[in-house]
Amino acid sequence: MNGMRRRRGTAVVAAGAGLTLLLAACSGGGDEGGGDAEGTANETDCSAYEEYGDLSGKTVSVYTSIVDPESEEQINSYQPFVDCTGVEIDYEGSREFEAQLPVRLTAGNPPDIAYVPQPGFLKSLVADFPDQVVPAPQSVIDNATEFYTEEWVNYGTVDGTLYATPLGANVKSFVWYSPLAFEDAGYEIPTTWDELMDLSQQIVDDGGVPWCAGIESGDATGWPATDWLEDVVLRTAGADVYDQWVNHEIPFNDPQIVEALGTVGEILKNDEYVNGGLGNVQSIATAAWNESANGIPDGTCWLHRAANFYQANWDESLEVAEDGDVYAFYLPGVSEDDKPLLGAGEFVTAFSDRPEVEAFQAFLSSPEWANSKASVTAQGWFSANNGLDPELIKSPIDKLAFELLTSDEYTFRFDGSDQMPGAVGTGSFWTEMTAWVANDKSDEDVLSAIEASWPTS
Amino acid sequence: MSTGIPSIELVDGAQQAAKGRREPGRLARIERRAAAAKGKISSPWASTLAIIIAIAWTVPTFGLLLTSFRPRLEIRRTGWWTFPANPAVTFENYSDVLFGSSTAFSTFFVNSLVITIPAVIIPISLALLAAYAFAWIDFKGRNILFVAVFALQVIPIQVTLIPLLTQYVDWGLAGSFWTIWLSHSIFALPLAIFLLHNFMKDIPPSLVEAARVDGAGHVKIFFQVLMPLLTPAIASFAIFQFLWVWNDLLVALTFAGGSTEVAPLTVRVAELAGTRGAQWHILSAGAFVSMIVPLIVFLALQRFFVRGLLAGSVKG
Repeated sequence: MNGMRRRRGTAVVAAGAGLTLLLAACSGGGDEGGGDAEGTANETDCSAYEEYGDLSGKTVSVYTSIVDPESEEQINSYQPFVDCTGVEIDYEGSREFEAQLPVRLTAGNPPDIAYVPQPGFLKSLVADFPDQVVPAPQSVIDNATEFYTEEWVNYGTVDGTLYATPLGANVKSFVWYSPLAFEDAGYEIPTTWDELMDLSQQIVDDGGVPWCAGIESGDATGWPATDWLEDVVLRTAGADVYDQWVNHEIPFNDPQIVEALGTVGEILKNDEYVNGGLGNVQSIATAAWNESANGIPDGTCWLHRAANFYQANWDESLEVAEDGDVYAFYLPGVSEDDKPLLGAGEFVTAFSDRPEVEAFQAFLSSPEWANSKASVTAQGWFSANNGLDPELIKSPIDKLAFELLTSDEYTFRFDGSDQMPGAVGTGSFWTEMTAWVANDKSDEDVLSAIEASWPTS
Repeated sequence: MSTGIPSIELVDGAQQAAKGRREPGRLARIERRAAAAKGKISSPWASTLAIIIAIAWTVPTFGLLLTSFRPRLEIRRTGWWTFPANPAVTFENYSDVLFGSSTAFSTFFVNSLVITIPAVIIPISLALLAAYAFAWIDFKGRNILFVAVFALQVIPIQVTLIPLLTQYVDWGLAGSFWTIWLSHSIFALPLAIFLLHNFMKDIPPSLVEAARVDGAGHVKIFFQVLMPLLTPAIASFAIFQFLWVWNDLLVALTFAGGSTEVAPLTVRVAELAGTRGAQWHILSAGAFVSMIVPLIVFLALQRFFVRGLLAGSVKG
């Protein structure tokens, strides 16, 4: 009995060991495959990199919130710089970036470079760790002023000092739709807000449900709803009021903001307009943001407001193109001439002034990097860098977003919740917008509650 | 500690008990008692309850297992319980988990082993020595010290994270395995010492004193008298510690960061969902891959585990 039991035990262990070996063997094979792919892409002209000098033997550590699979494209985009200077880039991606970065700074263990996804977070880093955040060196300032618009430079500036340069960018003022379904139904792409509302009504009259939306996103539930409000504030109140609102020069519950939230409510809290294929108004709060637009290819809804990076969530079998299965149009302004654009991006912040760190920072703010990144990226990335060659952007929706972003016709504004203090921007703004949808909390109550939570200092 | 006279009586008692076991009449009595106990424990109601609990606790795991083999579209649209109606199976999730990363999956797997094994051995070795001292060596301030060690258990590990990391940075250890080994050892020691001390205290003093009378020193008593008796206790604590370290994300994330050189499997699994959480369909496959090793350890050591749990209550 005992002997048998022992033998069975050994068999389990042996089977486990076998499995472990098998796993190790398999993953070893995967590694080699990756190496080959990189090997073929190395044909680099090093003339643009001579200014950085020889950095062989040096290492720059990078800490970001960008993880697999996107991180692979990030790492590949550094290849020309690595090949020409000999530097080593130690890339660390973590989804807990925003919680871990302050921990590492407090403990005195900062990375050399971090990609900070919100200007508001950058501000609090500079305020909390003034000795550790390093102002941008001259080479980076030169790049920033040459290749970025003043607005973008300002997002990385705290109290008149440039700390961070933009890395990637995205555009949020998009409405995803199905070009094929629109063609079949004979619908036109709206060019003003009124036309958008007319289209919604027409879809209802034709027996459909126009909009689908979802704001569930784990700890960050509510953020897609904040983008809705920001987009509409830009349209109904204008960019100037938007800036005052974001910087808290007018109260959060200013009458103009109440009006904007009411306009959002005409869509999101209208049981006729939402929530195609998912349920009633309340279902918006529980629908996962990255799944909620699946009704468009499934034919249960027609319109979904989301950023250009939503394309990563579409099923691989769907073609993202102007005449394909899914595509996005610009969320129209109040009139055809009024073209505000909401977007966001990440910023490169340094915590060291070693020469190799400065060189890498300068490389990341240069068009060489932007073009290198675009050429290794399949979809979901573009930059505000004006040296970026649009031809290198592969995905049509990214190309469209880049065109809008660099066009003079459009007035760009950075995502407001990313610029507000953390207590609001990643706190009450999210939770109150969720309550607005889930508990049918009134517009005034929601905005007053957020106003009350704004830090006094 | 104790005076000489009662301990001699205890030795006598122990010898009588040892002799008594060979007498057929007593054996029968013990057997009767065992049968009665068995009857009491294994009533049909208890069995039914045990089966219900077992099923209730296994169903989510089973659902996770089924989900891990379903294609992305199916996972998104329907629950795993619709599987019989639509039995589509794919290994794509597993291949994404194993080969979808820019770093080989085996790196994280090996890291997890390299972290876990010393993080189990170090606290157990130290705790055994400390527990022996607390249980069998009479020194001044022993009780106060023991209460102090025990009291350390109430300190939540979260409050120690930043001060510890600061210390490691000062010592130049940041980013190495040492930070994780030391941290896990520190966090495990109070409970380990307390548990092993209680196990050791339960061993009849007569055994230790008999050995002492025969001229054995502390080292000999520790290794030859106590160690064989402690195996179940050590094994059960080793399983606890192994599972805790293997499944730990917080300590690894804080001290090892996301650096691929020292990051364990849990850090990788936490990032599987992707930058914006769009990849969650491969999470179930990732969870299963990371479950394999703890499952093997548990199955291999479970008989010690059960014995270890009972060791404190009933001594044969």
